[in-house]
Order: sequence, then structure tokens, then C-alpha cells
Amino acid sequence: MTVLLNRVRRGAYADSVALMRLSSELSAQDGVQQVAVMIGTPANKDILADAGLLDDTGRGAEPGDMIVAIRADSEETAATAFGLAESRLSEGLGRVQSTGASWRPKTLRAAVAAQPGASLAVISVPGAFAAAEARKALRRGLNALVFSDNVPVGQERALKEEAQARGLIVMGPDCGTAILGGVPIGFANVVPRGRFGIIGASGTGTQEVSCLLARHGAGVSHAIGVGGRDLADAVGGISTLTALDMLDADTATEHVILISKPPSPAVAEIIAARIAQSPKRFTLCFLGAEETSLPENAGFASTLKGAALAALGLPAGEIWQPETPISTPLRGSRIVGLYTGGTLAAEAQVILLQAGQAVSSNAPVPGAAALTEVPAGHCLIDLGDDAYTRGRPHPMIEPSVRSAPLADACRDATVGAILADVVIGHGAHADPAGEFIGSLESAGPDRPLVLASVTGTDEDPQNRSKQIERLRDAGVIVAPTNADAAAFAASLVQA
Amino acid sequence: MPDIEDGIEDRIEAANSEALKRMLAAEPVLVDVVRAGDAIAGLEERTILHAGPPIAWDRMCGPMRGAICGIAVFEGWAADLAAAERMAERGGFTFAPNHDFDCVGPMTGMTTVSQPLLVVENRAFGNCAYCAINEGLGKVMRFGGNDAEVLDRLGWLRDGLAPLLGAALRHAGETGGGIELSPLIARGLAMGDELHQRNVACSSLFLRAVAPHLAAVSTDSASLERAFAFIGGNDQFFLNIGMATGKAITDPANGIADSSVVTAMSRNGTDFGIRVSGTGKQWFTAPVEMPAGLYFPGYSEADANPDMGDSAIVETIGLGGFAMGAAPAVAGFVGAGAASDAGLYTRTMREITVGDNPNWTIPAMDHAGVPTGIDIRLVVDANIAPTINTGIAHREPGIGQVGAGIARAPMACFRQALESFAKTVGVA
Repeated sequence: MTVLLNRVRRGAYADSVALMRLSSELSAQDGVQQVAVMIGTPANKDILADAGLLDDTGRGAEPGDMIVAIRADSEETAATAFGLAESRLSEGLGRVQSTGASWRPKTLRAAVAAQPGASLAVISVPGAFAAAEARKALRRGLNALVFSDNVPVGQERALKEEAQARGLIVMGPDCGTAILGGVPIGFANVVPRGRFGIIGASGTGTQEVSCLLARHGAGVSHAIGVGGRDLADAVGGISTLTALDMLDADTATEHVILISKPPSPAVAEIIAARIAQSPKRFTLCFLGAEETSLPENAGFASTLKGAALAALGLPAGEIWQPETPISTPLRGSRIVGLYTGGTLAAEAQVILLQAGQAVSSNAPVPGAAALTEVPAGHCLIDLGDDAYTRGRPHPMIEPSVRSAPLADACRDATVGAILADVVIGHGAHADPAGEFIGSLESAGPDRPLVLASVTGTDEDPQNRSKQIERLRDAGVIVAPTNADAAAFAASLVQA
Repeated sequence: MPDIEDGIEDRIEAANSEALKRMLAAEPVLVDVVRAGDAIAGLEERTILHAGPPIAWDRMCGPMRGAICGIAVFEGWAADLAAAERMAERGGFTFAPNHDFDCVGPMTGMTTVSQPLLVVENRAFGNCAYCAINEGLGKVMRFGGNDAEVLDRLGWLRDGLAPLLGAALRHAGETGGGIELSPLIARGLAMGDELHQRNVACSSLFLRAVAPHLAAVSTDSASLERAFAFIGGNDQFFLNIGMATGKAITDPANGIADSSVVTAMSRNGTDFGIRVSGTGKQWFTAPVEMPAGLYFPGYSEADANPDMGDSAIVETIGLGGFAMGAAPAVAGFVGAGAASDAGLYTRTMREITVGDNPNWTIPAMDHAGVPTGIDIRLVVDANIAPTINTGIAHREPGIGQVGAGIARAPMACFRQALESFAKTVGVA
């Protein structure tokens, strides 16, 4: 059965788009076949008639009236639909829920137009497109921080040369950390502003050093990331040199700390010559490099902790010991390190090597061996390596990638101690300590000694003290620094 | 990252600035209504100009075929619709795009010798563009309607309205500056038109401007009454004037070497085509998409023909989907969009345009100018296709308009255009 009913609202007007929307809402009601709500102009009445929706009531409508035409299964259904139409019309048809979407620029060009004073673009797109975007930034007079990795080294060099010619800097590619004028970018900690400038070819190295400075009450003027390959021959240290110029010109900076993997000898020479011309003091931390001759205004540090202490003018001190000495002997002789921060893994390797221990790693420093298929001896793993992160977030964002290797190490009776890092701050997981404890607990009660350190400050959103407390409550031995944890572990296996 | 020779980008930017400058410097004036055969060089008997890029009969969609049969009867080339169809199948007509003859036409866009055409003169550059008179809503030829009612209306437009309106427009030019369109459009935008789906303000402003001249030249009150009633009863009357304005504005911006600015967007119901200033009259085409929209009573998406018409010329000059922020009521056509979201469309279109038009501003967006000068490089780079506000025709011939909505220009047109353009500027 089908009923056709028209009702006319005298002298009612609403916008035709709003009425079409109302018509489609009413048509979607159960038992309603077709609805049209239209102003009663002759043209509209023709349309209604053509659609078989006009009855005598509707035919009597004037151009200033509104026709509600409903075809439904029954009079009751039609009445319900009329009721809904009445309530929609009386509450105001304009009241469509906004999607709440605010405008966001989709291109660099629009972003610059919306924020004309900007001086820096942060680029985080798949590596194949990163150089093209960075080039656009440079051509708009913006410095570029390229968070993306997998950028071909030839493109990196071309970009950095273009930046140099334009008086700009390209930070990265694969630049995870920067603090510019107190503004943290990427993975960075809440540290005070101060007299130390940092040039970091590595993200976690910059984080560890800036946090150690902060713990001694010192601050950072600017921390500039340059990317892991900047001091390689293929790039030639272009961004490091630009960063040196910038920090030289910065009156707030008194002392510059340079953190990198060992540079190529040719680039090291260029950097050393540039440093010799600077009026500032320098501390160079090339993790895994032999100490070489340096200009008079520069000192060398072999670890991140050493770099922070040397910059502060503090002595290295004794090997750190936990408050409660370890009474039981280690379960096994091997140390396994599971690091979310690549530079922290490098620092631990350097310390074990300095203690005379053989070390293998998936990211070996000079002197360490490449990881073998069947791990033997001390193994320090960088979980941020491509093999672990392909298709998933970096372990500092999503530390659960550590669960499986942690469980393996707990089960392996040859492992006497596990070393781990917990990195907090902007960009990092909201509770990496909790995540680590969760993984540890699901690995079972039988486990080796677990040693960790927390890179961060109490001002960080996760709060370093609270993260340490959680780890200690779970039976983890927490050292003040990554270097201390590694050195203590080495002392245990030497004993 | 292809290596791009130094200076090419600067050359493109300079050429695009020139294209935008020409578009903004335009002074469109509605000056006359003329017989197509008299005004359009090369428009002969049995030649049918249509909307969109070139297309042969066998690839034409239903409404386009319906309109062709209808116009052939109207012109007296065929005795009835069936005869017209047979003639078309046997190659009895010459088909060509409006755009190649200084013309544009909405939806099917039929232009033939005896039809009256509105004439918009761009006084800054001396060129003219032409468009037929809007037939009104419902069953009309531009949507593929072709029955006696449709043909009778076309007859009156030709023999009744056109001579009167042409005389009135000439009178306006003789007694003053004529009907200047740029300021009229500026006022219409401020009154809630975006000039594609919504022309009610501009149509009213136009009638207000032309009424004294119609009265001045009319010799009988019955004709005058019908003219007033027709123009005043058609909310979309101004659409065709706006389209001729778009063509008059974009033509002087075509053919600038190294410019990647779009000078025409157009659809024939089968293909979507664009022209780019630096590649001149070459069409870059891809299959048209289905508009998303709302339907008149009795119709649904199943009845809809894909996107059609030369009317996207208004988007090419920053109106229609680009000026959505001016017409909050139209934003409802996208479905979930609230009136307050209308400005998002305009801001998004700004991502793909060279600049803004300071003469055509949107009060609700702090008087921001409408985004003008679509740059194919920006379209491809941002992966943002131009938004086009459009009417929707029935897929079968002879039925007419069944709804209205929003269509996207297909990205493939812009990718092809960019590849060809790159060759012209010497990028491999």
C-alpha cells in the first residue's frame, strides 16, 4: 500500500539546498518511499508532478509557500515523517553539525603563507620525497630539519650545498633531535637555556649530553642536529661547518660540544682547522675514535658522560656503584644490551671495549665486531636499526619492539646482565619505563641482573625521577647515566 | 629529484605572474546579444559546437546526444529527433568544442548558427567571448531536454528575448558604460553567490541594472513583462553571463610561454579537459568523474550522468567551488559540510592557485580574495584536484537536470599536462 500526502506551510521559506538535505533525511526513514520539500513555485510544482509527488493540496500552494510531499507505506509512517519535517523546520535547517575540521595547510607554500615569519621547516615524509620538500623549503628561505631517513647521500650533499649557498642550514637527514632557541624539535628533553651549544650528528647523544648538563645546573643555547653522515667524506661536514658559524656568532654560546661517530680523517682535519679559528671552547666527542691532536681550544671525550663532564670542567670520578652492593654472583658471563637509542648503544660499546671486553653489535663502533648469527660474548643491540624498525615506529616512540629480544635474553642462561636505556622527553613514548617493566614481567621471574639508566629530566612530561622509581620498584638497578650502567656491568663481568 | 636547470623556475613564476596579471586586469562588459552565425567566424550550417574537449558522436553521453538531436530539429536540419539521430550517426554534422570558437556553454553547451549569444567584451584586451542565454531550470536543452516545450522556449529566446535584450544592452552602452560585470560579480559574492551553483544575487543585480534599458527599448508591454518574468524567475540566469565572463578573462591569459596556469577546464560528459597557458590550445583529457550531490524528487545517483559542461570556466577564474566561502548555503551539497565549513574549500583551493583576486573578495573570510590562477604544478604537487560546483544531468537523453553537487577535476589531466608542459620548458 502506498499513500501520497502533501502539506503546505503558508509563507514559509528555506534555502533549496537545506530543503534538499531535509528531503534526503526524511526519505531515509523506515517505510518512507520518497520525500520532497520544495518552495511552491510553478517550476517546482512541475518537478513534483513529474515525480508523481504532487496532490491537490500541493497544487494549491503559492510561490511563497513550502510544500512537504511524502509518499509512504502508510498514513502512520507519513504522519511520523511529517512530524520529523515539522521539528526540523521549526528548529532551523541551518543547524547542520559542523565537522569541526579546521583548516590545515597541505603544502609548504600554504604553511608559509599562513605563517610568514617562519624560518624553519621540519620535514618528515618518506625518504624518497624528503629532498624535494627540503629543496622547496630552502627556496622559500627556510632552514630545513629533515627528520626523514633513507635519503640518498648524493641528494643530502646537493641539498646541503644549496643551503650553504643560500646562507641556510639543513639539519639531517635522519635528524631526530634539535633544540633551537629553547624550542625542542623531534626527540628532545626539557632542559634549561644556557651557555653550551651542541652540534649532534646523533639524536640520543645530544639528548644524553643536554640532560647531563641540566643535571649539573647548566643549560643549552642551541642544540643543532646535522645528521649521521655529515662528517663522512660524501657530505664533507657542510652542516657541521654552518652550525659552527652559527654558534660562533651566537653570543649566548660559550662552549660547543660536538657529538658524532668518528669522522673521516679528511673531514676531521677541516673541522679541526675551523675550530682553531673560533674564539669559543670546544669538547669533541667522537664515539669510538682514537684521541687525535686537537686545536688548543678543544678537548676530547670518548663518551657522552665524559663530554658533559669535560665541558663542565668536572673530573671523571670513580666507577659508579649501586647503593646496595650486588651480593650474588652473575647468572652467566655475557652482557646483552638492548637499546632504543643508537648513540647510547655506541657509548656502551666504547665503555666495554675500554674495560678490555670483546663486544659485538648490529651497529659496531670501531673495535667492536659485527653481530653474528648465533650471538656469543657481549652483544649490544641498537633496536632503532632498520632491521627492527621497518614498517613500524622508532623504538623510542613504540618500545614494545624490545619485548621479544628481552624475553630471549632472560631465557638465555649464559646472559648474566641486561643493559637497557629508557629515553624520555618530547616525542618519546608516554611511559617507556612502564613499557619496559611490562616486557620484563611477561618474560617471567627467572632473569639476569637488569641494569638501566633514564635519559631525561624531571621537567620532561614523563618525569625522570618517577620513571626511575618505577624501574627500581620492579627490581631494575638504575644507574645515573648510560655510561655508569655500562661501566658497572663491565666491572661485574671482570670480577 | 630531477635536476632542474637554474632559472627555469624563475621563468615559470614570471610567466605565471603575467597570466594572473592579465586575468586580474580584465574589464568584462556585457555588450550585446547577437546571432551566433553572424558573430562566430567559421560557424556554419550543420556545425554544432558542444561543451568540453573534442568528441565524436560514438563516444558522446546520453544527454549530449539528446541535445544534439534537439538542436538539429530546432535549426530545421532534421524533421524530428529520430531523423536527427540518424543524421548524426551518418556524420551529417560537424562537431567542435565551443572553446575553439570563443564560446562556452553550460552542460551540453549547444551552440549553432541561429542561436542568440550573449557577448562579453573584455575592454582591457579587446577580445569577446560568447555564451547562449540560460534557459531556466528543469527540463532544458543544456541538460539534454529536447521535447516541444524545450524547443518552443528556445524559439522565444531567439525571436523574443534576444532582440529585446540585445537592444537593451546596446542602449546601456550608448547611455553609459554598459553592464560592467566585474563590480557586479563582486557585489554578488558579498551577497552569497559563488557564481556556479548559486547565482540568485547576481541574477537579481543584473535584472536591476538592465531593467531601465529594457523598458527604454521595449515597444510593447507584453514582451517586456515576459522578459522581466523570465529573467526574474530564473535564479541561474546569470550563470551564462558569468561563463562568458570567464572565457573573456582567460583567453588573453592563454599562450604565455612558460606559464603553467590553467586557462580552461571543461567537460563533455565523457572526458574532462584542461588547457594550460604555456601549452596553448592543446587539450589534456581524462575520463570525467561522477559528481557527489543531492537529487531532485524522484531521482537518485543511479540516474546521474557524469560531470559535464564548459561551466567549470568559472572555477578557472576563482569562482564556483573556489569561492565556496562566499556561499555557505552551497556547502551543504557536499553532504556532511556545514555552512561554517564552506571557507575550508576556498582555503584549500588557495593551495593550488598562483594568487588571490583583490577585486572579488569574500566578506566572511575577512575579505580574502578568491583564489585565482590554477597552477598545474601545485595541483600535482599537493595532490589537490580543483573543486567544481555543478548541476547534474540525467544519464538518458531528453530528461534534463536531476540534481546538483560537487565534482573533482580528474588528477590525470593535470599529470599529463605537467609532463607536456615540462617538455616545453626544457625539463626532461
